[in-house]
Amino acid sequence: MLSAQTKSLDVEQIRKDFPILQRKVHGKPLVYFDNAATSQKPKQVIDALDFYYKNYNSNVHRSIHQLGEEATAAYEKAREKIAEFINAQYEEVIFTKNSTEGLNLLAYSLTSGLKQGDEIVISQLEHHSNFVPWQQMAKHLDLKLKFIEVNKNAELDEESIKKNITKKTKIVSVNHISNAVGTINPVEDIAKIAHENGALMVVDGSQAAPHMPLDMKKINSDFYVFTGHKMLGPTGVGVVYGKKELLEGMRPFLYGGEMINEVRFDDTTFNKLPWKFEAGTPNIAEGIGLGVAVDYLAKVGMQNIFNRDKELLGYAMEKIKEIDGITIYGPKERASILSFNVKGVHAHDVSQILDSEGVAIRAGHHCCMPLMSVLGISATARASFYLYNTEQEVDTFINAIHKVKKVFGV
Amino acid sequence: MDIEMMYQENILDHYKSPHNFGKVENATVHHHEKNPLCGDELDMFLIVEDKKIVDIKVYPTGCAISVASASMLSDEIKGKGIDEVKNMTKEQLLEMLGIPISPVRLKCALLSLDTLKNSILIFERYMGK
Repeated sequence: MLSAQTKSLDVEQIRKDFPILQRKVHGKPLVYFDNAATSQKPKQVIDALDFYYKNYNSNVHRSIHQLGEEATAAYEKAREKIAEFINAQYEEVIFTKNSTEGLNLLAYSLTSGLKQGDEIVISQLEHHSNFVPWQQMAKHLDLKLKFIEVNKNAELDEESIKKNITKKTKIVSVNHISNAVGTINPVEDIAKIAHENGALMVVDGSQAAPHMPLDMKKINSDFYVFTGHKMLGPTGVGVVYGKKELLEGMRPFLYGGEMINEVRFDDTTFNKLPWKFEAGTPNIAEGIGLGVAVDYLAKVGMQNIFNRDKELLGYAMEKIKEIDGITIYGPKERASILSFNVKGVHAHDVSQILDSEGVAIRAGHHCCMPLMSVLGISATARASFYLYNTEQEVDTFINAIHKVKKVFGV
Repeated sequence: MDIEMMYQENILDHYKSPHNFGKVENATVHHHEKNPLCGDELDMFLIVEDKKIVDIKVYPTGCAISVASASMLSDEIKGKGIDEVKNMTKEQLLEMLGIPISPVRLKCALLSLDTLKNSILIFERYMGK
């Protein structure tokens, strides 16, 4: 775009694609700053779901009729687009229900060959979905679970990374961007260290896939997990990327229809990749919808989105720092997540009062109770931005924080 | 919902200076409850004589609604008999709060009542016989 715009994106044009941004909340225009929880959906995605159900709804892969052919082609085309979006091969893209299911798939399948005392390394910065599956598998199989520590800015401590990943480590699993405070973790470097020690590297990319360009070859993790609904796609569809040669050797996670090749009374052979990991009728419309979401993001450009995030976050940071009694959590360099507290007011009350001004944020532990305990707090208020958010909305948000302070007299 | 209705002056007064605030060593019953999802916590200390709550201390941490609720409930039950307060209902508590509570904030408001009920259960099981 060569216009004289100061913004890195044509936000006003983008906003027209998101019908929900027209609605009012408590009589005020909606300011949606809860994007780290789920993003809103452009009409292109909503229409794709509608079109599927109205025109070619049918089951995929086995129905020998026109609708089945069309549904299969569209569903598999979506997979192809997603593979291209992250620079992976088609067979390396496994559809799941969401990131949680993806991480459970990996936690079950990758630990199946491990023996007592083998080590798994995660971090203090993980979402419960990249925490509890490993913790429970470790308990179940008597494995040792270790944690990379964070410093006071909630960044992974370099020394702690090196100290925890050793020759005993079999699996390392960390997030790419922290959902609680926005830390961007050096996953390429951590993957290198994991590989030097003979461990497999898993990345939870739930917050990164919506916000930055992804290149699986460059990151070089063995697995990378993300979810569709945070990146303009529908709920109910997520992705596990895995290196083909590793996926081929792994045990399936869910058994049933679709994932089989031949079933006899005494044994079963499994389907080829990626279907070996996709038991049962999948979320067909949602998979197709995610393909459309990825088209949308690719068209806008992930680098443009990344740059725009930075711009808007910078603006919000500057404004919020002018207010007395605000504590901000997390590092200076971060993704578009602003986690904070107002002195003397619980995060839930902040969120409630912001809501009365039409501003939707998240308050709580953000599914990161271990991190909150390290930071010594029980909850934060979290504003998280996306490509359709504006500086004007940030101003509304800032005014609403002033209202919080006024109501509470702080 | 009018937000000033929810955060009216007396709620904020209770939040900023909870009544019967503190901890005691020699409580007949000390019970702790929390809403892990919100991070609201409440320690309740009852001093019971002849099945009567002769004194109460509360030590709440959390949002305005949960803290105000604990403070107001402590006033409400101080000096009353166990039998008199043990069947207190959710509706009575909400009436005592006197503000509109949305469904997502209900658990904040009810933490105090849950803590009281469980304190009484402990009392009856171990000390009340």
